[in-house]
Formats: sequence, C-alpha cells, structure tokens
Amino acid sequence: MAEPYRTQTVGPHLIGRVILYALLILLALYYVAPLLVMVTTSLKTLDEIRAGNLLTLPGVVTFEAWGKAWASACTGVDCGGLKGNFMNSMRFVVPAVVISTLTGAFNGYVLTMWRFKGSDVMFTLLLVGCFIPFQVVLLPMAQTLGWLGIANSTPGLIFVHVVYGLAFTTLFFRNFYVSIPADLTKAARIDGAGFFTIFWRIILPLSPPIIVVCVIWQFTQIWNDFLFGVVFSSGERQPITVALNNLVNTSTGVKEYNVDMAAAIIAALPTLFVYIVAGKYFLRGLTAGAVKG
Amino acid sequence: MNLPLASAQALERPRRSFADYLEIALPKIVLGPTLLCGLIFVYGFILWTGWLSFTESRLLPRYEFAGLVQYVTLFQNERWWTALTNLGIFGGLFIGVCLALGLLMAILLDQRIRAEGFLRAIYLYPMALSFIVTGTAWKWILNPGLGVQNLVRQWGFPDFTFDWIVTPGMSIYTVVIAGAWQSTGFVMALFLAGLRGVDDSIIKAAQVDGAGTVRIYTSIIIPSLRPVFFSALIILAHIAIKSFDLVMALTGGGPGFSSDLPATFMYTFAFNRNQIGLGAASAMMMLMTVVAIIVPMVYSETRRHRRG
Repeated sequence: MAEPYRTQTVGPHLIGRVILYALLILLALYYVAPLLVMVTTSLKTLDEIRAGNLLTLPGVVTFEAWGKAWASACTGVDCGGLKGNFMNSMRFVVPAVVISTLTGAFNGYVLTMWRFKGSDVMFTLLLVGCFIPFQVVLLPMAQTLGWLGIANSTPGLIFVHVVYGLAFTTLFFRNFYVSIPADLTKAARIDGAGFFTIFWRIILPLSPPIIVVCVIWQFTQIWNDFLFGVVFSSGERQPITVALNNLVNTSTGVKEYNVDMAAAIIAALPTLFVYIVAGKYFLRGLTAGAVKG
Repeated sequence: MNLPLASAQALERPRRSFADYLEIALPKIVLGPTLLCGLIFVYGFILWTGWLSFTESRLLPRYEFAGLVQYVTLFQNERWWTALTNLGIFGGLFIGVCLALGLLMAILLDQRIRAEGFLRAIYLYPMALSFIVTGTAWKWILNPGLGVQNLVRQWGFPDFTFDWIVTPGMSIYTVVIAGAWQSTGFVMALFLAGLRGVDDSIIKAAQVDGAGTVRIYTSIIIPSLRPVFFSALIILAHIAIKSFDLVMALTGGGPGFSSDLPATFMYTFAFNRNQIGLGAASAMMMLMTVVAIIVPMVYSETRRHRRG
C-alpha cells in the first residue's frame, strides 16, 4: 500500500506527519476518555469524587463500589445489586443466540442452495424485519406473550429476541452462502446426497467464519437490548441493561456515582470482552448487518 | 440460477414416492417457521398496531373503529411536536457529525499510519457498548456538579458553564454528543473500507495530469465513495429514528419532556400512561417515517445502478 497520493496528502514534510499523528492521538483520547473516567470513578470513594474532578486519579484504589454494584446496590426496595440481572441476561441471551443462529443458517442454506419458486420474494419479505422500528410491534407482542403464558419470563424474552433476530441471521447466512459455487452442491446431489447430508458434510464445514460473525452480532445486539427488556419484563426478571438504568436513575438516597460507574462497566464487560477477543469478526458483522445484501 | 435438481429429476420420472415429495418439500418446511414468524410477528403485528391506532383504546385494547381520533389527538399534543422537533435536531446533527467526522477520521487513518489497527480499535470500541452504558457514562461526564463544568472551573475558569444536560431546549444536544461518540467509529470503518477500494490507477492518472492532493480527494476519491455515504446515511437515519435507550439513560427525556424523541413518547404513552391508542398512533408514525426515508433512498439508488 505505497500509493503516492496517500503519502502526499499531508505533504512530504515532517510537520505534516506530526500534525496528522497529533490529530489521531487527540481523537483517540476523546474516544478513550469516557471509559477511563468510568474506571477511575468506580475505583474512588464518594468523598474523593466530591473533592476532586473527573480526571483526578484515585488516591486510594478501592473496589468497594464494584462489590456493591454486583451484590448489594439498591434500586427502590430491592437491594441485591446487579448479580441477578447479569445472570438473567445470560440465561436468555445464550439460548436466543443459539436458536436464531442455527435457524438463520438453515434459512440461508435454503435460500441459496434449494431455491424454489417464490423463495426470492420470501427473502425480500423477511428483510423488511431488519428495518421496522420495533415500537410498531410492542403492543401486540405484549398481548401475545400474555396469551402464550410467557409474559415476564425468560422463555418470553428468548422468543422475542429469536423472532426479531431471524431477519438478520438469515441475511448473514444467505449473503455468505451465495458466494459458495453451486457446482459444489450440485455434484453432491447427483451422487444422491440429500438436504441434510449436504448441509452437514459440505455447507457446515465452510461456515465457521459466518457463524462467528453471526454469533457475535446477535450476542451484542441481544445483550445490549433495552427496549424489549424494559417492555416485556419487570422486577427480578429484568435484564442487566434495564437494571442498570433503574439503578442510575433511582432517586432515593445518596447518589453513588462510583457504584453507578462500576455497574455500567459490569454491564459492558461481556460485549467489550467479545470485542477485544474477536474485533475483526465484530466489524465484519457490523458492516454485513448494515450494508444489506 | 441453480435449479433444484430434485424437481428436474422428478420431471423425468412419472411417479413420485412419498420420500421424493418429502425431499422436494423439505426446503419449504425448513423455511416455513421463519416465514410464518415474519408474517405474523412483523406484518400481522403492524396491521394490528395500525388497527389499534384507529380505536379509542386506553388501558385495555378495544377494537371498535373510531377513525382518526388518535392521530388528531397526537398532532394536537405539544409533547409530540417537541418529540418531532427533537428528532429533526438530533437526526440532522447526529447524521451530519457522524458522516463528517467519520470521513475525516477515515482519511486521516488512510495515510499509512503506524499502529493503524490499534487506533481503529480505539475509535470503534463504543459500538460494542449498550446505549444504556454510553448514556450512563455521559450522564456522569456532563453533569454540571461534578462533571466537565466542575473540571474546567477547577482549571481556573470559575465562570465556565456547561449545563446543557439539565437545561430544557439544550439537553437534546447532549444526546447528539453521546450518540455521535458511540457511532462515529462505525461510520469511519465503513469509509475506510470504501477508501481502500478506490481504483488507484485513476488517481495516478490524475497525478500525472498535475492534480493536487486536495483536488484528488474532492474530485475523485470522495465522489467515488457515494455508495458508502448512501449506506451510512441509511444506517444512521435508522439509528436516529429508533433512538430510545440513549435518551432514557442520558436524560430520561428531561428536563420535563424537553428531550423526548418519538420512541420515548411512544413508550411513555403506551406503557406508562395507559394510552394504548395514542401509543399505537405514534408507533405507526415512526414506521411511516422510516418508510418515507428509506424507500425513496433505496429506490433512487437502485435506479442509478440500473442506468449504470
């Protein structure tokens, strides 16, 4: 990548390079600052927070706020911290991700390798599900979950997230499988291999990259969801995002900024971890989910 | 393109066994549940919400047709107008800032930078966070008592004031600040991918003709990024219209309802104030906004493609 225009952009001069790097570092600081402020605030005592400012480092590092956010912070009368809500989130996020990814894989397989009359129309119809503002389904879904007897429950949240995640997962797999040469499956079909045999033997072994992308996308989306959580669950059943919001906006008692920040970081840790471990796939999912096929 | 071979074989054979039928039907059986879900939970529910918006439902849904009464109420509601105005302010600024800053960052990063991957990772990490986390962090940073205002005052500017977050009419701008912080890195990544795809031979030809760097960027490179602008615009518009969690965490729609957006309006009226009909009407308006923005954009872009 040694195209001349790129080096020339800021001139061949050293000054240009210095300004360029200064700008980039300044921007980086702007992006890192909120996270740093969160971390340092969470490690201070309340007295220290009141005495200092955003950028003062903790004089004595204490993990008290973290312990409190995890196990004993109060929202209203409930003083159990975010521990239970963290587990709640895990309990519905994992099954919802697995089910929607698996279904998406099969859908993508059908839509590329086993196309039938009308299958392209069906794909287009499904895609609309990526675009709708979910506000438009909230009221009917609230009623339907009640009828099904899964209102305010883990299965209810799994159901909702699977239903509205399918459009995305199908899109991911369909766009990935479309680039697999048709000859590959044609040959297998002539040899008499059936629908599932081809899937297990040929398609699935080619799929790990898109499975990783899809799992990361779904995990981030569902873990970070707030709308479905706040509408379809209450009290102890709430996911971590809703609990965090309640904790921060609770108006009773002393405002414990350090606990709020520790709680926010706890809520962010799983998705941050995924981002750090698999950033490449994370970005690929973002662009694939965004730039619709 | 690739005709299902199963049906081609079936044509040659006069009689099909049950297994053959199953084999032919299998793809449809597999796709069936997803389609059914889509039909019921997307299309059916949109119709259902649409119907609710034409009724006088309050605490419980009722299904007697009442005409446009909810839409009339909606557009007579001062709070709805605030939400719409805020959507205009937030949407315009959020999209503008993300596109401009995202493009700038992509161009800067595209200058054969050392540690490019590391910098990119830093710019992009906010996308992994929930809007609730982002909102919580910025709520703390922007609070006048102990946040940025306090920091600058301690630096020796005792009269410095930055209290937008608690000022009606200004709090919506803090939503722009936090929203742009979260989403710019993503737009940058889109542009960076676009920049890497620009055909270098055209640029070299332009350089031979004596075009300067600025000219090359404004006349060749940026215009060729049009498809990236287009997808970024759609994604950002979509994020803006759906924005809900960020406002809830950052300002809670306040002070008062001065930073309400349509999504928070819908939630408040449908679920906190038991105005199901009104909530449904506002949800339908949101859907129509999305359709009104995305359909013409997709249409014009595909027509451009066809014309080549």
